[in-house]
Amino acid sequence: MDMVLLSPVDLGLAATLILLLGVVSLKLRLHQARQLFIAALRCTLQLLLMGYILKLLFAASSPGAILIMALVMLLSAGQAVTSRMHRPLSGRWSYFLGVAAMFLSSFTVTLFALFIIIDITPWYTPQYAIPLFGMMLGNTMTGVALSMDTLTTTVFQNKKSIEGRLMLGEKWRQAIQDQITAAIRTGLTPIINSMATTGLVSLPGMMTGQILAGSPPMTAVSYQILIMFLIAAGTGFGVILAVHGTARHLFDHRHRLRLDRLT
Amino acid sequence: MTLFAIRNLHILTMAPLDLDLAAGECLAVTGDSGSGKSLFLRALADLDANPGELFLRGQPSTSYPPWEWRRQVSLLPAESSWWLARVGDHFPGPEVDLHQRLAEVGLPADILKTPPHGLSSGERQRLSLLRVLLNTPTVLLLDEPTANLDEKNIALVERILKRYQQLHESALIWVTHDLAQARRVATRHLRLRPDAGHELKEL
Repeated sequence: MDMVLLSPVDLGLAATLILLLGVVSLKLRLHQARQLFIAALRCTLQLLLMGYILKLLFAASSPGAILIMALVMLLSAGQAVTSRMHRPLSGRWSYFLGVAAMFLSSFTVTLFALFIIIDITPWYTPQYAIPLFGMMLGNTMTGVALSMDTLTTTVFQNKKSIEGRLMLGEKWRQAIQDQITAAIRTGLTPIINSMATTGLVSLPGMMTGQILAGSPPMTAVSYQILIMFLIAAGTGFGVILAVHGTARHLFDHRHRLRLDRLT
Repeated sequence: MTLFAIRNLHILTMAPLDLDLAAGECLAVTGDSGSGKSLFLRALADLDANPGELFLRGQPSTSYPPWEWRRQVSLLPAESSWWLARVGDHFPGPEVDLHQRLAEVGLPADILKTPPHGLSSGERQRLSLLRVLLNTPTVLLLDEPTANLDEKNIALVERILKRYQQLHESALIWVTHDLAQARRVATRHLRLRPDAGHELKEL
């Protein structure tokens, strides 16, 4: 079965729904219309650009091009992490730590999937590498942003008790342990919830896409299970790395709480 | 003999401070709010970076791991913090050993089972004091330890601190806004004035 192709008119019809939502939000004075339209516009432009680049990548199929693409995606994710934080670390440290954590987790897990699990030849086959890394990165980014934001916010709110613990002779890691645990838990909650409800409440986008494209349901399901596991692992390790890195940076070598390193 | 030495300590805009404390000595510190009293204590506990140097029994603070330094030179903050569900969770070690110590500060043993937010300010302050004393600090930094307490509790806290000071030959640095209290507990008096510098005199 071939997929029904969507024409610009079809997409225009879908866009009228966004317009309608914008008008309603204006009437209700939700102050969301502007962001909604900008986000919809960005979504369209970015995806068109991505489609165009994927077309080029599929034609070229070179490992260098794939790696450059992955790097651009990674750096954009780092930017998104920082912009979602209420109190990022000063001096671009949130950006560096976020990028490092996502690189170590998303990159490694994606390579593991390409080389060992799916075992596709060549490993950089763009039809596999880019969507896989994109899904990994998108989810890891959400977890990392959420957990780093939770950590810096709760540390700021609990300055008194963290320093109270330092005064009693605790090391920095003990003094901030409660906030580290809370931040990691917050970062992991979305993926745990989504694994627990998938197939019951929600049909994941990738699986839906594969089925729409004509894959047998069981093939789509096995890919979805694989993706869920990879995402959970990538998010989990990324969150743990990002939270510990951020926590470390909030103290100096004399175990002093350095809130001056937050903006 | 000098137990605790402060060299070239910078507090706000005041001239660098040099000070020697002997074992068993108590220094009272006064000053208007914003004069840097709390910053002074924080610097001594190595909670804020400072270009000055600190020595305990001749050893520089940098030669101690920071957590060990803070167990030796301990700050009792004006407002105590409690981060666990029950009072007793904040005290490491076996509960039985605590009962005697609680009795010494006039508190019942079953207070360990209660949540910290349900306590009166007097109870909280005595518990916070007991918690820091269990580390047996050599130098005790006290940030208005009797603020918000009634007369009975003030006398009790002063008595507990006096007893500890004599028993362990420790040095106390006691921030207070009450000159009568400074005369009761201390032998020397340091007054902090950010515009005019600091002033040290015998009491």
